[in-house]
Amino acid sequence: MIDKLIMYMQFTFVQYALIVGVLIALCSSLLGVTLVVKRFSYIGDGLSHVAFGAMAIASVLNLTNNMWLIMSVTIVSAILLLKTGQNAKIKGDAAIAMISVGALAFGYLLMNIFLTSANLTGDVCSTLFGSTSILTLTKEEVLLCIVLSVLVIILYIFNYNKIFAITFDENFSKSTGVNADRYNLLIAVMVSVIIVLAMNLVGSLLISALVIFPAISAMHLFKNFKMVSISSAIFSVLCAFMGMITSILAGTPVGSTIVAVNVVSFLLCYLTGLIRGRLSK
Amino acid sequence: MALLTAQNLSLGYDSNVLIENINFTVNPGDYLCIVGENGAGKTTLIKTLLNLREQLSGQILIGDGLKKNEIGYLPQQTELQKDFPASVKEIVLSGCQGRCGFRPFYNKEEKELVKINMDRMGITDLADRCYRELSGGQQQRVLLARALCATKKLLLLDEPVAGLDPKVTSEMYSLIKDLNKDGITIIMISHDIEAALCYASHILHISGEMFFGTRDEYMVSDAGKIFLMQQKGGQNND
Ligand SMILES: Nc1ncnc2c1ncn2[C@@H]1O[C@H](COP(=O)(O)OP(=O)(O)O)[C@@H](O)[C@H]1O
Ligand SMILES: [Mg+2]
Repeated sequence: MIDKLIMYMQFTFVQYALIVGVLIALCSSLLGVTLVVKRFSYIGDGLSHVAFGAMAIASVLNLTNNMWLIMSVTIVSAILLLKTGQNAKIKGDAAIAMISVGALAFGYLLMNIFLTSANLTGDVCSTLFGSTSILTLTKEEVLLCIVLSVLVIILYIFNYNKIFAITFDENFSKSTGVNADRYNLLIAVMVSVIIVLAMNLVGSLLISALVIFPAISAMHLFKNFKMVSISSAIFSVLCAFMGMITSILAGTPVGSTIVAVNVVSFLLCYLTGLIRGRLSK
Repeated sequence: MALLTAQNLSLGYDSNVLIENINFTVNPGDYLCIVGENGAGKTTLIKTLLNLREQLSGQILIGDGLKKNEIGYLPQQTELQKDFPASVKEIVLSGCQGRCGFRPFYNKEEKELVKINMDRMGITDLADRCYRELSGGQQQRVLLARALCATKKLLLLDEPVAGLDPKVTSEMYSLIKDLNKDGITIIMISHDIEAALCYASHILHISGEMFFGTRDEYMVSDAGKIFLMQQKGGQNND
């Protein structure tokens, strides 16, 4: 088995996949903490459906470089969703449901009408659940992904203190003169970038798992923001790595395997937290 | 010059006017209590003073070298994210964010300030504890320490003793009184008219008949007499 792994590791496409997978997992878990504690996790879900709709439009229009279209549509939706979410809680929820389900339905409809590919169901299935496309990345795609993820990570680290403060108490931040709207915008843009990137890795239906699970797992073990952020990044990277190795060795679908590993690690963290809670009582 | 002056301030949501013609001045060292019934617009007034929302009309002037971002704020207790993972130290540090400007990380001076203010509030030994696991009184001290990191001059406190038991309440009041003695100007919203009359130097009454003046003037004013009677009556009925 080790031999098989070593053999696979020598292929550039496997190396690319591992690099991209680890970076995406790292980014999504960082922002996951903020989204989960702000009760915004459903936004990740909504956005991934929007990204799917944009992808459908891009493939119908036969755009060669569809990344930019998908990215801009997703960013605009993210900004709109965060805005409505702030103004009115219930309406925001409904807006997200409408946008996300609508985008999903329209995307599928468009692909069904205009695409004459023999394997339509296969195409749709792979955009929804992730595909082997992570294994067929070109050098340019890998580079773009590296640049964007590194940018997100740097931005996150440099704005970490402000992101914490705004997440914890937005009004207080504003009262000290911090432009909270600008940071919320930054968060929205970073989330969109990650979601579009992650679509390649796990598919649009499974993205929220990548965003939510590591953060929740970490929150069961630690009680300060710094440790939660760091450990959620570590969990996410480990889970993505193990998931990808497993899927290569066992021939299972990449996306669902990664999510499955995340679920298992969440259960372990949950139990650990529970047992520790009992012991300390 | 006065630290803060409100001129003909009108507040409301959309076009619904909540309160009209608020006028008051706060001088350095004052202890102003804002009283009024539930829903009168006390929180709205504080948020307007902090620039968190726009007034319908009127002006807020600040002076005496005070900057808009140098006001310490203790929000009314809301259901702050219940499962938020944050340690006491992280929260108090976040009081320094206004000082940082665009600098991404806190410097030595700010960390020192956090130590001083945690000491002042008697929460140094709670530094690494999780905020959500503290008692109500401890949580308020943490938020007060955070507010102190943001200001040297002016504190705005929105019902700082709501939900605290009597002993902790009087501890909190004397803590605030000490801060005032140290030269920090206080603007506090309170439900508790007795405490307001005991500690405050000035009273702003914003429901029914508007009143602004010193404590002694309030006691003999119509607004004050009526409100005091109601409160006393209400308490007797409990
Ligand atoms: N965001 C808002 N939109 C519309 N109305 C509001 C909003 N916030 C508060 N109100 C209304 O304004 C009034 C005053 O609220 P508030 O300032 O919180 O009162 P207080 O703090 O004196 O109890 C209440 O009637 C409340 O319903
Ligand atoms: Mg209020």
